[in-house]
Amino acid sequence: MTKIVAVTGNEAVANAFRQIEPDVCAAYPITPQTELMQRFAAFVSNGQVRTEMILVESEHSALSACVGAAAAGGRVATATSSQGLALMWEILFIASGLRLPIVMPVVNRALSAPINIHCDHSDAMGARDSGWIQLWSENAQEAYDNTIQAFRIAEDMNIRLPVMVCYDGFIISHSIERIEYLEDEIVKNFVGEYKPLYPLLDVENPKSYGPLILTDLYHEVRKAHSEVYKRVPKVVLEVAKEFEKISGRKYELFENYRLDDAEIGIVILNSAAGTTKDVIDEYRERGVKVGLLKPRLYRPFPYEEVANALKNLKAVCVLDRADAFGGSFGPLYLDIAASLCNFSQKPILINRIYGLGGRDFMPEHAAEVIEELKDIAQTGKIIKLKEYIGVRE
Amino acid sequence: MIGWKDIPPGMVILEAGSALKVKTGSWRAAYRPKWIEENCIHCLLCWLYCPDNSVKVKNGKREEFDYDYCKGCGICALECPGKKGKKAIVMEEEVK
Ligand code: SF4
Ligand code: SF4
Repeated sequence: MTKIVAVTGNEAVANAFRQIEPDVCAAYPITPQTELMQRFAAFVSNGQVRTEMILVESEHSALSACVGAAAAGGRVATATSSQGLALMWEILFIASGLRLPIVMPVVNRALSAPINIHCDHSDAMGARDSGWIQLWSENAQEAYDNTIQAFRIAEDMNIRLPVMVCYDGFIISHSIERIEYLEDEIVKNFVGEYKPLYPLLDVENPKSYGPLILTDLYHEVRKAHSEVYKRVPKVVLEVAKEFEKISGRKYELFENYRLDDAEIGIVILNSAAGTTKDVIDEYRERGVKVGLLKPRLYRPFPYEEVANALKNLKAVCVLDRADAFGGSFGPLYLDIAASLCNFSQKPILINRIYGLGGRDFMPEHAAEVIEELKDIAQTGKIIKLKEYIGVRE
Repeated sequence: MIGWKDIPPGMVILEAGSALKVKTGSWRAAYRPKWIEENCIHCLLCWLYCPDNSVKVKNGKREEFDYDYCKGCGICALECPGKKGKKAIVMEEEVK
């Protein structure tokens, strides 16, 4: 029996953690992740889970403790946001390089300076090439569902990589939504018993983690590592199929929303995709052939599948909730442009930066972009390649 | 030399004691430790503190250095209490 509740995104993810009951959770509080870990810590102190909760003095230590616990042979989780993720930077690469399947919700928040506690994607975007798998979530239901699937993906014996589950700070983490919870038993069976690979606590079989590897082998190690990511999309789809059986909810590498016959399209991550889909429905009623692509598996990025979904469109706007200062375009735009660049048939692309530091993304912003795309599709002319939208002059 | 297809996940080394294969003594540059047996009280602090495998112990008694693994860091000489104020390990200039 599914239970339908009204909870915040953080509460939903804390509940997923309770159902999964990791062996170890090392965490440090940071807005807007705090509520998630506070709720999970309450489950620990109330005896509802047997997880060993390690309260550390910084995020650098939180992820370091997770690395140790995962190498020891435990199922491990943590969570963070913004500056916390930035402070973990050094250890992110160690977790992925050692192939440790740690699961970490990232409650997306802007980076300092200036200090700001609200949503944008600059935190997770800064870590997009750290070797962590990234699943992005539009709403609290997706954050809950992705968290449960993340353990299966991370722990797959062909993958063994850490996973970030991204969802928008405050907009999703602190807003109350309708959520369907799966039963505890069903979630426990779905994630299954943890199978460690090379656990340090298996003292009968001593082993060493983190060797020094210099010019004679490092290049080969990195090549081998890069190959692992090619196996991820298949596993993500297999896990999604199984998840559909227990939940009735369908997940893919990305959401294709009314794209198949579309002439113009929008690519956008996380919560703003919800607003955009509503506006698309209104335009569709008026006969405008517009669709949307919402990446879910953002790392590794499924280049081919994304390109195939977009290549027949006339014009596409990629909306980034993070800028790449001094770089050419927003990070999502760069991935979309790179996916399409070798196709002879491809849409005209533009890049719009929106919603930084929690600035609301309103329906009129989506409408403004669709109007512009209509013009581009008709005239073939780009007026501005990259621009901020919803900004005061 | 192994190719990339033979790299184990996470480069975890599954062979115990494989450090024996890497003779870190080749890193030693200017100084090497010298053991002065008559000053030694066999406390084994040198064995405990040595970062590698260069202090040999047999039947609870300290034996000669194994210079194949000695980096010449000098930690053993620093930690050695010796006998009556006389060190049982001193650092000497490396003779080339
Ligand atoms: S530390 Fe000095 S006294 Fe103690 S065993 Fe070693 S050489 Fe002997
Ligand atoms: S000099 Fe350093 S490496 Fe050599 S024996 Fe002493 S402690 Fe060990």
